[in-house]
Amino acid sequence: MRESGGVRPGRVLGGIAAHAVLATGAVVMLAPFAWMLLTSIRPPEEVFGAVFDPIPSRFAGLENYGQALGASNLPRAMLNGVIVCCGILAVQLLTAIPAAYALARLRFRGREPLFGLVLFGLCIPIQVPALPLYIALADLRLLDTYFALMMPFFLTVFGLFLFRQSFRTYPEEILQAARLDGMSEFEIVWRLATPAALPAIAAFSVFSVVAHWNDLYWPLIVVTSSERATPALGILAFRDAETGGNYGALMAAAALITGPMIAGFLLARRAFVRGITMTGVR
Amino acid sequence: MSAHSPQARMEARWGAMFAAPALLLILTILLAPVAVLIALSVTDYRLGAIAVRLVGLDNYAAMLADPVFQRSLRNTLLYVAFVLPAAVFGGLGIALLVHARIRTRTVYEVIYFLPVTSTLVAMATVWQFMLHPALGPVTPLALSLGFGRIDLLNDPDLALATLALIGIWQLIGFNMVLFLAGLSAIPRELYEAAALDGARYGADRFLRVTWPMLGPTTMFVTVTSTVTAFKVFDTVVVLTRGGPLGSTETLLYILYLEGFQYFRMGYAAAMTVVLLVFLAGLSILQARVIEPRVHYA
Repeated sequence: MRESGGVRPGRVLGGIAAHAVLATGAVVMLAPFAWMLLTSIRPPEEVFGAVFDPIPSRFAGLENYGQALGASNLPRAMLNGVIVCCGILAVQLLTAIPAAYALARLRFRGREPLFGLVLFGLCIPIQVPALPLYIALADLRLLDTYFALMMPFFLTVFGLFLFRQSFRTYPEEILQAARLDGMSEFEIVWRLATPAALPAIAAFSVFSVVAHWNDLYWPLIVVTSSERATPALGILAFRDAETGGNYGALMAAAALITGPMIAGFLLARRAFVRGITMTGVR
Repeated sequence: MSAHSPQARMEARWGAMFAAPALLLILTILLAPVAVLIALSVTDYRLGAIAVRLVGLDNYAAMLADPVFQRSLRNTLLYVAFVLPAAVFGGLGIALLVHARIRTRTVYEVIYFLPVTSTLVAMATVWQFMLHPALGPVTPLALSLGFGRIDLLNDPDLALATLALIGIWQLIGFNMVLFLAGLSAIPRELYEAAALDGARYGADRFLRVTWPMLGPTTMFVTVTSTVTAFKVFDTVVVLTRGGPLGSTETLLYILYLEGFQYFRMGYAAAMTVVLLVFLAGLSILQARVIEPRVHYA
């Protein structure tokens, strides 16, 4: 039996201690974001000032963000990020959804080996096929194109795996009824099964967009011109060009690059957390 | 039963049609490259070279004898050793504390998860600025705490550990969310039963119920954290480029340099094969040892 009276003071103290630990950790977690935002509105003379005051003396956000957007390749890099993320996601969904449905619900020759390949693919990161793909793209004179940026990610074994799981739970009776009604499998996939799998598709979409907006390895390899820079390359180039050290503008640039991901996270928290951690629950 | 045969034919036809595009992608983006990679690893191919020679296992032998490779392997393992315990047990600790909160739980969840969703390259430039010995806020903080003036990213003894701290900062919220999911899946009755058995205190309940029930989650978090830490790349490119004095050269960074800066494709392919074997080993470990014990609702 529990002694309900005696535990109370301990509980309260424990709660305070827990908050103290969590709040201290939270300060560390938030510090870079706070520093980024504060510096992005700080006038240049203060960044190099001898006196250390975290709060800016005057609001210099307009000039810093203006410089980040105007005197750099950043808008182009962000536009490229949107193009690449959308292109990758579109092909991923168009190829993975029907194939996952087939893997989950249709009996056809080669289904088991195909699923075996999907499981194999789950443990292969981009670094493994990168060399041969790079050589092939170089031979085809396709380096430094949108196609080169997107192509390795058209295949999503993770999406195939995830959507297959999702389609397996779709009720068999509805499938049979739809077939009796004369619906083709094509219609069943896109008009019945896909809407029912929307939570999984939304979470996957978040995962895909975040991964490719933030990706550095592959863009660093295939992109050589600033016209094809992705967000990660854009901030890197801006940093390297700012040798004089206009940190206000650099922090504004960092905020602009990471801002869309953070805004998306704050607006669609559940889908984001599910999307990013789903990789963990495969 | 008579409907079986037409249905089977229908399924075979649509199944093949639906699977064809994905199969084509698997062949061109996964299988063919892996085959070419293994073939490349026994050649001396360089990008643009006209003549290619078979060199057998020379690349592998050269790699094992290469001090740069050895150093990068040592740095990578050291980095993993720094990151892994903090990211796993830190993630668990935060999850336990956050799980017990009621009104403030969401706030803490959001704060700790923020670094996971942010763009690491952008945040690494912020860290670089924060750690700047003259301009960043870390130096005055260190001075006020009695430390000397230190330049963390330019000190060969401290640079790798500094990258590891940033790695932990990025990873800990990810692990927290996985542990929170594991904690929510533990049935309340188990705690009640443990209380009846005399487990009155937090530590007792943790050792008797929480820790054993979180076993599969912990194993899983350990494997994914190992893979993530092993693949450290972005912070190296942004912050140190392998320096100072090669103290932050890691496997993926060396691989990137050999393959895509020096274009020694054969040698880089051999390094990639080693990476592939390591990752496949971890996946098999996960599938054989961990998955069978995990039950997903």
